[in-house]
Amino acid sequence: MKDVRILHGELAPGPAMTAFSAAHPESGGIVSFLGKVRPDGDVEALELKHYAPLTLKGMEELADEALTRWPLDGILLHHRTGAMKPGDPIVLVAAAARHRRDAFEAADFAMDHLKSDAWFWKREKRADGWHWIEPRAQDHSDLARWT
Amino acid sequence: MAVKLVFLGKLADLAGAPEKDVPGPLDWHGLLAALPGPLGEAINGERIKLAVNGAVLPDKTALAAEDGDEIALLPPVSGG
Repeated sequence: MKDVRILHGELAPGPAMTAFSAAHPESGGIVSFLGKVRPDGDVEALELKHYAPLTLKGMEELADEALTRWPLDGILLHHRTGAMKPGDPIVLVAAAARHRRDAFEAADFAMDHLKSDAWFWKREKRADGWHWIEPRAQDHSDLARWT
Repeated sequence: MAVKLVFLGKLADLAGAPEKDVPGPLDWHGLLAALPGPLGEAINGERIKLAVNGAVLPDKTALAAEDGDEIALLPPVSGG
């Protein structure tokens, strides 16, 4: 079972995890990852853009790939768009499985792909204006672990 | 009718607008001709991908768009 969403408003991880857990009473474990806007230096705001014809479809395909690679009961991918402040949740990934190792790996896989292989564009506002952010070398090497 | 160009990420800043209509039909050389200056140079780079009507082109130089099509110009992504 997939729960894949692009959220234009607030991401509330508590209710999302409660609902996901209730939807998977058969699972022995759920691994979740919550990504937040890092309160870094002089970053005042962050904005995420997506492209409707590609972004949700790509996230659905990513969820399908995780369900193919690991014996999961379910996977949740929720990703924010729009304007955010430091500390705000950006992304919530969760994987439910009979055994924990599959859930850990699937959540890790999904996050690495959402960081640098999903149709989102991120920019930060600092004191001197807006700056588009590109993936770091670490993000690319993280992604390459799964090929 | 026209071909609609949609600029994502930093390309919207280079274009000065998120969208632009250009007359169709439009191939790769026509697209470059329609986007002179730094935008055209950026799109020529291998890190920029194109999608037509929501399908990413494996080879952007094979672009063949008609009036009514939407071409998205996609710079490197970053999420999460």
